Amino acid sequence: MTTRRQFLEGAGALTALSVIHLRAAQATPVAMQAAIDAVTGGAVLRPGRVKLDIPPLVENGNSIQCTVSVPGPTPASDRVRALHLFNEKNPQPNMFGVRFGPRAGPAKFTTRIRLAGTQTLVAVAKLADGSFWVDRVEVVVTLAACVEDP
Amino acid sequence: MTARVIITAPTKAKKGEIVTVTTLLAHVMENGFRHSSTGVPIPRDIVTEFVARYNGAEILRASLYPAIAANPYFAFEFVAEESGILDFSWMGDNGFAASRQIAINVE
Repeated sequence: MTTRRQFLEGAGALTALSVIHLRAAQATPVAMQAAIDAVTGGAVLRPGRVKLDIPPLVENGNSIQCTVSVPGPTPASDRVRALHLFNEKNPQPNMFGVRFGPRAGPAKFTTRIRLAGTQTLVAVAKLADGSFWVDRVEVVVTLAACVEDP
Repeated sequence: MTARVIITAPTKAKKGEIVTVTTLLAHVMENGFRHSSTGVPIPRDIVTEFVARYNGAEILRASLYPAIAANPYFAFEFVAEESGILDFSWMGDNGFAASRQIAINVE
């Protein structure tokens, strides 16, 4: 016979399991911060310089065009080394990381991304002087991508 | 089978001009988080790396994750310095590899 105590312990274990399952299904702001720290090495992120262009409201999360850039002239001393884009709600926090080589032109990268729901995106730029700049944009997504099955 | 690739870039440019290139690759970019109608997980199959070179030197190198939409599209810029070859290559899961070269004439 199941005692009240056994039942409660079982229920508690089930709740803990479901929490773990939810965590595994999507990135969280904590996971995003960890991904950003992996790129910056924990350096201070300063707002400005870098710009993330993306529509504030999208209907279909399966393909959204976005541009990450560092506008304006950049002297050789603070050339843009890399651009990164992160999210807090897709299954993985990383979206892309672009490193510029010796032939790089203006620091600007456009691509199409997937978004699994309304969330804040974070664009990070690494400059040659070792500084990191950040831009945050909230995007409202009506139809989420990534996790729904075919 | 060779991958289907569409690249748009000018064939001619003036020296010092900023040139925009766009690339489009036909690829499913299966993100590995979905299940088939029978509940079996669909394995990940994405393009993980893209490299653009201008006469052998890198313009940029991109690391890609499942958040990139199917048929990956990229647009970026470089400065035309001399005539030569633009080389684009993609690498991905299951040994996927594709590359395409185009010539640019700089006056």
